[in-house]
Amino acid sequence: MSPMLDAYADVVGQDVINHLRLLAQPLRDMRIVHVNSTRVGGGVAEILVKLVPLMQDLGINTSWEVIEGDDSFFQCTKGMHNALQGNRVKIPEHLLRVYERVNKENGEQLRGKLTEADFVFIHDPQPAPLLASCPNKKGKWVWRCHIDASHPYRPVWKYLREFVRGYDASIFSLADFAQTLPHPQYIIPPSIDPLSEKNAELPEETLHSVLDSFDLDPTRPLLVQISRFDRFKDPVGVIQAYQLVKKFVPGQQLVLAGGGATDDPEGESVIAEVRQAAGDDPDVHVLLLPPDSNRTVNALQRAATIVVQKSIKEGFGLTVTEAMWKGKPVIGGDTGGIRLQIINFNTGFRVKTPEGAALRIRYLLHQPALMATIGEKARQFVKENFLLTRHLREYLTLLLSLHYGGVERIELG
Amino acid sequence: MREHDNANQNGIPEVFRIKDCALIALATGSRAGTLKELRDNLLSTSEASIYYHFWGSLLHPRFTEREYNNDFASWSARSLHDGVLAERLAVIDPTEFGSLEAMRQELLEIVEERLDEKEYFPWLVASDAFEFMRSQIVVFDTGKQAASPEELAALLPEITTSSIFYHFIDARRRLQGRQTDDFSSWLSGFPEPRAELCARLSAIDPYFGSLGELKSTVAKFFCEEFSRKEDL
Repeated sequence: MSPMLDAYADVVGQDVINHLRLLAQPLRDMRIVHVNSTRVGGGVAEILVKLVPLMQDLGINTSWEVIEGDDSFFQCTKGMHNALQGNRVKIPEHLLRVYERVNKENGEQLRGKLTEADFVFIHDPQPAPLLASCPNKKGKWVWRCHIDASHPYRPVWKYLREFVRGYDASIFSLADFAQTLPHPQYIIPPSIDPLSEKNAELPEETLHSVLDSFDLDPTRPLLVQISRFDRFKDPVGVIQAYQLVKKFVPGQQLVLAGGGATDDPEGESVIAEVRQAAGDDPDVHVLLLPPDSNRTVNALQRAATIVVQKSIKEGFGLTVTEAMWKGKPVIGGDTGGIRLQIINFNTGFRVKTPEGAALRIRYLLHQPALMATIGEKARQFVKENFLLTRHLREYLTLLLSLHYGGVERIELG
Repeated sequence: MREHDNANQNGIPEVFRIKDCALIALATGSRAGTLKELRDNLLSTSEASIYYHFWGSLLHPRFTEREYNNDFASWSARSLHDGVLAERLAVIDPTEFGSLEAMRQELLEIVEERLDEKEYFPWLVASDAFEFMRSQIVVFDTGKQAASPEELAALLPEITTSSIFYHFIDARRRLQGRQTDDFSSWLSGFPEPRAELCARLSAIDPYFGSLGELKSTVAKFFCEEFSRKEDL
């Protein structure tokens, strides 16, 4: 047995782990390589840091390679990321040449390993051109797009598509995000890791010490939105909702917490708007958290009475998943992956306006028993659908599907 | 494929092998934003897509309290806001059709009938597009097997929800035309009739509860069948 698989079995149940073992059996000793552009930080690294050892524990020869690039390269790929999300970002020609050169150099370094692999997963646009460096590849190559590419800026997607079209398959998080490509497009929603610092159980003392550190009163209701300060997350709308609620149910506290935005001019202006909207209300707490604040985020979500994620545009909305896993009712914007997670009256409420958010907050505050029921259903829903083990199961299924020729029905054994 | 096609020389069915499965969803690239587009896509979409929208989605992220038994009906209600169409589509019972092609024809019949009812129906724009999906299924042997109905009754509480999907839901497609599940099909091969148990199993409506609830119900029926036998 593996201690890591045992730890997951404690959370999701032994039958889920047995299921993974049976699925992994035909893939034993196959060589699988994941490639992305960073070992730490960001959602992709957060998933791979657990997914890779779990695959190894299941007997699959899995490794993780990281490509190296300079500032110009990452400036270019950041532009691509934003363009895939729909921003009209024109990437200068010279940066595109850097992108191609860096991938060529990395391709030379990794060629041996990638050519011999049975399966290669290329994560996001950064390493997408590596395929061209391995003309004699033996295995199947899969491009995993973690970005909401539902409405990409067409010139940038047109450029990227040329690198991606040669892959054997691609993976998108939602059907909405899929693009027209000449190969199968698998739909695999993202997941959260129940054992990570951001999601693991916390002792009561930690919750109290975090609340203390931000001058929050544990005896009064607490509304929390965890998000970077971005207009698509509508932090000002959350403050408006809070103000509407406070007229009817005084004593509320609101926390808007997210990463700092020192390198993002738009982020700074959003924070200024948020502070202005908050005025001098001592019960509105705008918290700029450093990047390594996973434990603080965890504590704030657990201490919340209701979690809000009032996005106007959203990819999948993993902060919703995190809050639901902690048994919280969530009020979320009616958009993107939030629609897949929040089911009105069951796991929370979807809203379109600050008024709608205020209405649902008031409704829930008057029904503590319902809040508990919704929280319990939300946790169960995440347990069944959005934990890392489900993500791994779908990767294994995809691998088997590709291994056996992509037919509709594969009978093993 | 049946899990127990062969009978031994005494006419007793071979062991029942508990299988399990995993489904993976794929985008087809087809979307419908109006009822007319839904009709047009239904004409050409693959049978795998029809299968997914009736059965496959039971194994995918979805809240357990389903209001409608198929994705076409849900979309009509939630995105097209056409309650009448949703109710008509929800009446479709997949077990009544001998093939997915026959089911496609029934879907088309209902949609076209609705399109004819009002001039503006073809042009009503849905709040969200219907994404036509399909799935691939991987089936594998769990290594667990039962030589007798009593042994199967003892095994059922331990099997996974995806096993129950395979033997109870997916079976309806594999055994098309026979309107049954793997358990009933296997039981029917024994000399001692289990007509009452089979009737109870066939009366289960599997579309509205969770797979966990479905598993509990099937296990309970088996348990009751054999505890009654012991009492006699």
